[in-house]
Amino acid sequence: MQKDNTIVLRVEDIYKNYGNVEVLKGVSFEIKKGETKVIIGPSGSGKSTLLRCINQLTIPDKGRIWLENQEVTHTKKNINQFRQKIGMVFQDFNLFDHLNALRNVEIGLIKVRGMGKDEARQKAIEELKQVGLEEQANLYPAQLSGGQKQRVSIARTLAMDPSVILFDEPTSALDPELIGEVLEVIKKLALNGMTMAVVTHEMGFARSVANEVIFMEDGKIIDQGSPRKLFTNPEHARTRKFLSKITELYGRSAEKK
Amino acid sequence: MNGINFIKDIVLPPLLEGTWVTIKLLVFSIPLGLLLGILIAGGRVYGNKIISFLCASFTVFFRGTPLLVQLFVIYYGLPSIGIYFSPFAAAVVGFVLCSGAYHSEYIRGAIQSIKSGQMMAAQALGMSKFKAIIYIIFPQALRRALPGCSNEIVYLVKYSSLAFMVTCIELTGAGKIIATRYFRYTEVFLVIGIIYLLMVSVVTRLLSIVEKKLKIPGLG
Amino acid sequence: MAENLLSIYEALPYLLRGSLVTIGLVGGALALGLTLGIPMAIGQVYGNKYSAGLISFYVWFFRGLPVLVLLFLFYFGLFTVLSLDLSAFTAGILVLGLRSAAYQSQIFRGAMQSIGEGQMLAARSLGMSKAKAAWHIILPQALRISLPGWSNEYSIILKDSAVTYAIGLTEIMTRGKFIATRTFKPMPIFLTCALIFLILTYGGVKLLNLLEKKVRIPGYGTEREGIY
Repeated sequence: MQKDNTIVLRVEDIYKNYGNVEVLKGVSFEIKKGETKVIIGPSGSGKSTLLRCINQLTIPDKGRIWLENQEVTHTKKNINQFRQKIGMVFQDFNLFDHLNALRNVEIGLIKVRGMGKDEARQKAIEELKQVGLEEQANLYPAQLSGGQKQRVSIARTLAMDPSVILFDEPTSALDPELIGEVLEVIKKLALNGMTMAVVTHEMGFARSVANEVIFMEDGKIIDQGSPRKLFTNPEHARTRKFLSKITELYGRSAEKK
Repeated sequence: MNGINFIKDIVLPPLLEGTWVTIKLLVFSIPLGLLLGILIAGGRVYGNKIISFLCASFTVFFRGTPLLVQLFVIYYGLPSIGIYFSPFAAAVVGFVLCSGAYHSEYIRGAIQSIKSGQMMAAQALGMSKFKAIIYIIFPQALRRALPGCSNEIVYLVKYSSLAFMVTCIELTGAGKIIATRYFRYTEVFLVIGIIYLLMVSVVTRLLSIVEKKLKIPGLG
Repeated sequence: MAENLLSIYEALPYLLRGSLVTIGLVGGALALGLTLGIPMAIGQVYGNKYSAGLISFYVWFFRGLPVLVLLFLFYFGLFTVLSLDLSAFTAGILVLGLRSAAYQSQIFRGAMQSIGEGQMLAARSLGMSKAKAAWHIILPQALRISLPGWSNEYSIILKDSAVTYAIGLTEIMTRGKFIATRTFKPMPIFLTCALIFLILTYGGVKLLNLLEKKVRIPGYGTEREGIY
């Protein structure tokens, strides 16, 4: 894992309320280049909101976010330029239903980055190869399995050459037998030095891939540290409780994966 | 003169001229009506309060009143405030406004049926809202709206006969003139009926080809 | 402006009497369309291939022709050839009604076909004849399902009724045109006509929605496309 100490993403004291509900209560962390950060925690703890705040699909009430030393929040600059650099992979894929796999990957290149058609196609095919789907390039979303859809959506994100990719529970909508192929792709990205933040319930994945694991509950970061430390010797009782519960739910097998 | 020759020599030539006018009416009205429908639907879903309200009122008015009233207002009414149209232009304006209102309802429904994740994913790629609407939302919404819009276009083929009510001599008008002159209504209007049936079949066929061409698995 | 209001004020009673004619015309046409449309739908779904073919032809013909052409064809053509001396009003009801039958039959047909086969099987297993099952079991359900389509049909016929202007039937538009020509005030007069139609359209649809709520059966999805 190539890693240097440049900070790619810095999240500083983020707050977000929906009406009276405080979803995020002052979250801060940073991701260094080549690092994979896994965020775990019970449902409703604010993990997905946190990811959406990072690329400003949700605007935080307070706090600042920096991408490679440029401020993303309160910026005069077009947010869309940041969003190109902050890739996002959704739980329910959100592939563009009217475009086949190849064109799903191309469209950002052509319409956002203004790349020429031939070049974009070349690159899109490369990215599909990365996720092992060059054969399926001409199929439409409705013709792909859930795992294939998610891999296309990863290729779509990769095509933009992002500085960091945010994964929002990328395997939660998948049938168990399809989870592996998606995790495999993400793992490969980690090995190749991609900078990533992954929200997931796959503890086995977290353990084997994460450089650091963040445990969130109730809108706050409760615990963080290396997977070894967090999984074997968590500092907080709540972390321990969550981990034993999730192991019960997902079974030991998930951990071994 | 026997029936066949009467129809062939006296009736058909003016009817074919009228058909040509009808076709020209449609060639202008169909695309412009669709375009207006897209704009109105877009304004209703994405516009601010004022624009959205204006677009909704437009739709309520044009879907709630007969096309004939609309044509009368345009052709006989507007000149009193200094706006003059030729009969042909008045008919086209009326057809565009009216069919635009109907199209907009199908398109609006289709836009609203598209999952919010599509917009989110497009924005996550760095597309502006406008780009996302143009490249991601509309291509899907228009496909979904197509069956409804096709129906509307077929209706327009038939309702184009109302152009005659504002003195634009198209197929029905040409027929009325001939039928009155020779007092042979039944034969003349049966021939006109066949021509309309033909036009409707051709347009329906063309639209279903377009629908098939644009079809995407899982969308529709 | 005041002048315009005055001309509207003077024309209104005359136009409102015209709306009564319009309402009578629409009511008559819908009723005729209903009485013909239901047996046609049954014939198309349960009849033999000849009756089904004949009905399909009827539907194709009446749906394929513009209402204006049908009015001319029947009023000036066929009715005269058959030496039927019909008033414009009767002719209007007949033509709009025959045409509506074509549309209404398709509304009912769709509704009947959307009812599961199990209904018919269950009815037949009770010993009902096919006709009885269609009448007592399928039809009451189909009528409910087709109500949204029917209120749509009302608003279409109402707007089509304006076209009877072309045969001089003294409904709203004929009267509007008459006054507009005499007073040289086409704009306010035609806008008033438009307003009357707006009220009739949305008022009528509202009433039909109320009816729909009244006869709704729990669990019967009558989700309708909004025509307000």
